[in-house]
Amino acid sequence: MKTKPSSQTKTALGGHPSKREKKMGLATRDAYGQTLVELGKADPRIVAVDADLSKSTKSGLFGKAFPDRFFNCGIAEANMVSVAAGLASCGKIPFASSFASFLLCKGFDQLRMSVANPSLNVKIVGSHGGISLGEDGASQQSVEDFALACALPKFTVLSPSDEISCKALVRLAAEHVGPVYIRTGRPKAPILYTDTERFQLGVANKLAEGEDVTIIANGLLVWEALLAAEICQERGISVAVIDLHTLKPIDEAAIIAAAEETGAIVTAEEHLLSGGVASRVAQVLAQFHPVPMASVGIADTYAESGTPAELFEKYGLTARHIVQAVESVLKRKK
Amino acid sequence: MENGIIEQLQSKANLLRRDIVEMIAAAASGHPGGSLSAADLITALYFKVLRHKPSDPEWSDRDRFILSKGHGAPALYAALARTGYFPVEQLKTLRRLGSPLQGHPEKGKLAGAEASTGSLGQGISIGAGMALAGRLDQKDYRVYVLMGDGVANEGQVWEAAMFAAHYKIDRLTVILDCNRQQLDGWTSEILDIEPLAEKWRAFGWHVIDLDGHDFGQILKAFEEAQRTTGKPTLLLARTTKGKGVSFMENNLEFHGAAPTADQLQVALKELTR
Repeated sequence: MKTKPSSQTKTALGGHPSKREKKMGLATRDAYGQTLVELGKADPRIVAVDADLSKSTKSGLFGKAFPDRFFNCGIAEANMVSVAAGLASCGKIPFASSFASFLLCKGFDQLRMSVANPSLNVKIVGSHGGISLGEDGASQQSVEDFALACALPKFTVLSPSDEISCKALVRLAAEHVGPVYIRTGRPKAPILYTDTERFQLGVANKLAEGEDVTIIANGLLVWEALLAAEICQERGISVAVIDLHTLKPIDEAAIIAAAEETGAIVTAEEHLLSGGVASRVAQVLAQFHPVPMASVGIADTYAESGTPAELFEKYGLTARHIVQAVESVLKRKK
Repeated sequence: MENGIIEQLQSKANLLRRDIVEMIAAAASGHPGGSLSAADLITALYFKVLRHKPSDPEWSDRDRFILSKGHGAPALYAALARTGYFPVEQLKTLRRLGSPLQGHPEKGKLAGAEASTGSLGQGISIGAGMALAGRLDQKDYRVYVLMGDGVANEGQVWEAAMFAAHYKIDRLTVILDCNRQQLDGWTSEILDIEPLAEKWRAFGWHVIDLDGHDFGQILKAFEEAQRTTGKPTLLLARTTKGKGVSFMENNLEFHGAAPTADQLQVALKELTR
């Protein structure tokens, strides 16, 4: 991860001045749609289903390119997930897209019995993950999708943090034989990676080195974590940052190494504090290398309408909140 | 129709019914009522209608059969065993730890189980996906899904009904084993879903109303389904829960209870022909 210092810029969501160059990339949902088209050109087994949100999830790009291999299921997520299972059981590689909240919540029993029980090769792509979709409010926001997806045996669970990582992870998901959940987001995301960056499912990426604390984040919170690391550095705290793009299977080795090297962990995610990054990292730490840990995420609540920046501020997801967590965990570090 | 085919199927169905009550008695749990009501339909499929190779369960051109009413598993298992997917002796392992014969069918555990069912309502959707895959691959296999009338309570069934009609999935045939009872009572009292034929027609399906225990009607209905183009077909099979065992017929107690040893002997005696 190379970031060149440049003139001070405002962050998208936190409003903190930063020396970090901020280059906005595509929203991860756009990166997904484009990649799906490329995958479709290369492999006729790739098919797509959507539940009347293909303009928003961007699976519509695939539908335009390959109308014969795209099945709009209408607003019927349960049927869509089981249709995808049927397609997969006959050798297709179906990508099923909708908003993360509807796909996981309305399709959960179908994910469980049609897809996960026989471990079928279905790719589930939930767009508009987290609360950063903003103004549409709590019914559309997805704050529990990681918890639900991680509860499905044999599922791989992915959360890209920018355009480049999304393109890489969608390709890896297509190559992987087995069920995968990918969360994408609505807003444009700052670019964190260069094209040459190598991704592997289940292997976390360290984006910044540090000695005192490691921040383990995913999705848009990786950018906030990098800003937080910078702020900490100004305060004399050396902070490492890890992009935990694969939530399941979780990279135990990276988490244990971070605990050994820095002795304190902060997690950060656009999800409830239950069942996502905080829960899964804590499980690894508690079993293998307990160290003080603090978490940034959404407390036990649904959010509301607002701009993404307002919501990140109100629900505690900005670089400033991560810095506070770093400072609090340091007090507990021996 | 070939000479003697109906008698042959009746004899096979009788064999399946004996297997069903024996394996449920051996397991000391299971669902005899809905297995027996579906026995003739499943016999017709496995011994006459389906294009399948029991020695090659993954043959890509095979017709697919999904038991959407997963609690009817004993009927499916008996048909699979009697057509050679696995040894008949294995039927006695139903519901035992480590057995491929799970309480409800699971794809991946048993060759011939095309989907994991038991959480009701998902079978038609899965079957629709299979049929679409066949269409994309220009294969001519057909997909059959057997559901119960209780299953039709599930909203997903109607999502799938709209979907299959919209995409004109004419290689999909759904058999509705309409035995008029569900766990808690008569379907008319629990959640009345009639008029079923009119509902399915309104959803864009070709509907054939038939006696689900009359092999002449059953075979004719499957032939009609195969001739029907441009829309999926529903076989609305009127059946009797517990069919073939006098004390189980229309007796709700045997929706989900195994016969005792004595009851088993009576049942087997009735099923001797």
